[in-house]
Amino acid sequence: MFRNIFMTAAMLLGLSAAAHADTFVFTAIPDEDESRLQTRFQKVATYLTKTLGVDVKFIPVKSYDAAVTAFRNDQVQLAWFGGLSGVRARRLVDGSKAIAQGYEDQFFVTYFIANASTGLNESKGFPMGIKDKTFTFGSKGSTSGRLMPEFHIRKELGGAPDKVFGRVGFSGDHSRTIALVQSGAYEVGATNYAVWENEVKAGKIDPSKVKVIWKTPAYPDYQWTIRGDVEKKFGAGFTEKVTQALLGMNDKDLLASFPRKSFVPASNADYQPIVDTGKSIGLID
Amino acid sequence: MARTSLGFLALAVVLLFVADIEISTSDPWTEFGRMALGVVTPDFTATESLFEAILMTLAFALVGVALANVFGFMLALAFHYRVVRVGCAFIRAIHELFWALIFLQIFGLSPLTGVLAIAIPYSGIIAKVYSEIMEEADQSPLRVIPAGTGNISTFLFARLPEAFAHFKNYSLYRLECGLRSSAVLGFVGLPTLGYHLESAFRQGHYSEVSALLILFYIIIATLRRWMHRKLLPLYLIGALFALPSSAGFSLDNIIRFLTSDIVPHPLRTAETIDTAALTAFWHWLTELFTTQALPGIANTLVLTMIALVGAGIGTLIFFPLISPKFFGPKGRTAGHVFLVVLRSTPEYILAYVFLQLWGPSMAPAIVALSLHNAAIIGHLIGRHTETLPLRADSAKGLNLYFWEALPRVYPQFLAFLFYRWEVILRETAILGILGIPTLGFFVDSAFADIRYDRALLLILITALLNIAVDTLSRMIRARLRLKTTLDHE
Repeated sequence: MFRNIFMTAAMLLGLSAAAHADTFVFTAIPDEDESRLQTRFQKVATYLTKTLGVDVKFIPVKSYDAAVTAFRNDQVQLAWFGGLSGVRARRLVDGSKAIAQGYEDQFFVTYFIANASTGLNESKGFPMGIKDKTFTFGSKGSTSGRLMPEFHIRKELGGAPDKVFGRVGFSGDHSRTIALVQSGAYEVGATNYAVWENEVKAGKIDPSKVKVIWKTPAYPDYQWTIRGDVEKKFGAGFTEKVTQALLGMNDKDLLASFPRKSFVPASNADYQPIVDTGKSIGLID
Repeated sequence: MARTSLGFLALAVVLLFVADIEISTSDPWTEFGRMALGVVTPDFTATESLFEAILMTLAFALVGVALANVFGFMLALAFHYRVVRVGCAFIRAIHELFWALIFLQIFGLSPLTGVLAIAIPYSGIIAKVYSEIMEEADQSPLRVIPAGTGNISTFLFARLPEAFAHFKNYSLYRLECGLRSSAVLGFVGLPTLGYHLESAFRQGHYSEVSALLILFYIIIATLRRWMHRKLLPLYLIGALFALPSSAGFSLDNIIRFLTSDIVPHPLRTAETIDTAALTAFWHWLTELFTTQALPGIANTLVLTMIALVGAGIGTLIFFPLISPKFFGPKGRTAGHVFLVVLRSTPEYILAYVFLQLWGPSMAPAIVALSLHNAAIIGHLIGRHTETLPLRADSAKGLNLYFWEALPRVYPQFLAFLFYRWEVILRETAILGILGIPTLGFFVDSAFADIRYDRALLLILITALLNIAVDTLSRMIRARLRLKTTLDHE
């Protein structure tokens, strides 16, 4: 029995060391609708394989930081990142570039939402009434669910979230934030506006229980980022080819995976506001 | 024994006043309605690559536990060396999720990450248990061995056969734990059942959640039916073929992780290690201690102590449910189903359900950890009562419980509970969603911020705390002369 175990262990190590040669791999941060992620992104992979003429594969990840790690370790060469995760990834990989963003990502916003029991209503300015309430962010590494709301909270309420709120949680996900505020488990929360609008359409939101109380100013969010060294592996001009393939993606079915209206060009400089915000609240060293 | 129990109970009551268990009323019924609907309408078609997820859950558990058995056994043979004992205490003090998070940085989403995340901490646990089994094994075969017999022969023919049956029994229990761990590893991205479970749960697809949980319960509940020693090699070879061929890993990543990523930020970015760099490092360290480590330790300990006593109380209620001394076959089957459900549902999901009910505080975490652990120890104690001989004219029902069963299982119960102490401490790690800043919450934050220097230091602190609790637990067990029997952890 022991011999079998040893043999299997050896095989295991051997299997793991076999690297895939020259497959172009991409990932996407887990964000909205995660059901049938593999199936939906497989279609995007098929589209890219056809357009680029190389073998393209999608691998799913579970968290924002897992996406960044896979990108950094060259297990994926292209990734659909959020604002903050993209900035983090590009700081870790020299020469990596933001090449395209969603049309909507040029002016993304975060919604502050509140349970009806708080009596808060939508206001133009920052809702000062949320002070001392219980508050939930989304995922710790999210731009719309963490970075931007925390920035505005610190600026307007003058302190770290755990000082200005009765309690602070991290729901881990935008849909979860909405569910938790709707049930009143948390009184106030911050969520991605696109997820909110989708859930409103899907009839999952009861307007008598939870409502939007503030919309943040716009900021740049999701984008496609590619590693700087892809041209070494896939030939000169590959970055440009990928960019064109993404910008030329106009099949509604494919775009629905993100979900975006279309993709437009982007550059690293577009995300300077995210870098500055991240540094100002200590999320980036 | 009574004094120790009352002491822990009193401590937990005092801590309840310190602990943050405020209950904020809310309107959980819409969400509960959806959950309840999900429970009665399980959807087995909602999960893509469901078969693969089941296969992976089994494969990681089988290979991980098999490797842990080999390494654990070898370590057990050398357990009289202090360095081995300390080393084992250290590797088992780190939660498998943290091992997985560390290996994810090095190996990425390769099968090695999942297998090692199970194999390493389990080797530490198995080494300890196997060495105890060999110590406590019947010594009589040793006495009949002729003088001059070699060490190896003595070991093979006199000591091993006696211990082997216990090893087998314990391995089976470990495999059940391994299946749970394997599923939970999906939470950080490995392609097991937990992967889909977490996604579905996060998005409120409760029909999918209940289908996945039902499948998982079935796997756990039928473990003893399909796991035979003769089939083991077949399962292992199958598991190896099933594991995904990995995305590969590079030596560069390993070197970078070890020599750069985990070096504290002020030292990593300094040009030379001079006074300025060391001052910056000192500030980094004190800041991390005062804002994260110390509050983290305090919250972790408060939560652990209350949950420990909660688990104890729960156990005393649960164990009769599966005991032939109290219930007939039908009642016991119901009891078994109830306990399998409670102990196989990840604590994280239990905690979330209570979070909906009571709002964010330590209360949902306390109840989730108590129930989960009570179901595990309750199962072990219930099984233990099967072998208790009773007089034909013994009392029935409550009288039997209070005047006979309880006093007789009490030492065993305390032994298991103290064993579970460090496990509960480790489990507090994954309840960050509740907004309770335990050490695990800060470790998770450090990984999310891609600050591995902080993550590793906090993991080290967590491990030391674990070892301290384990040592204390051993001292108490020794003082009370609680026999550490088999089938425990």
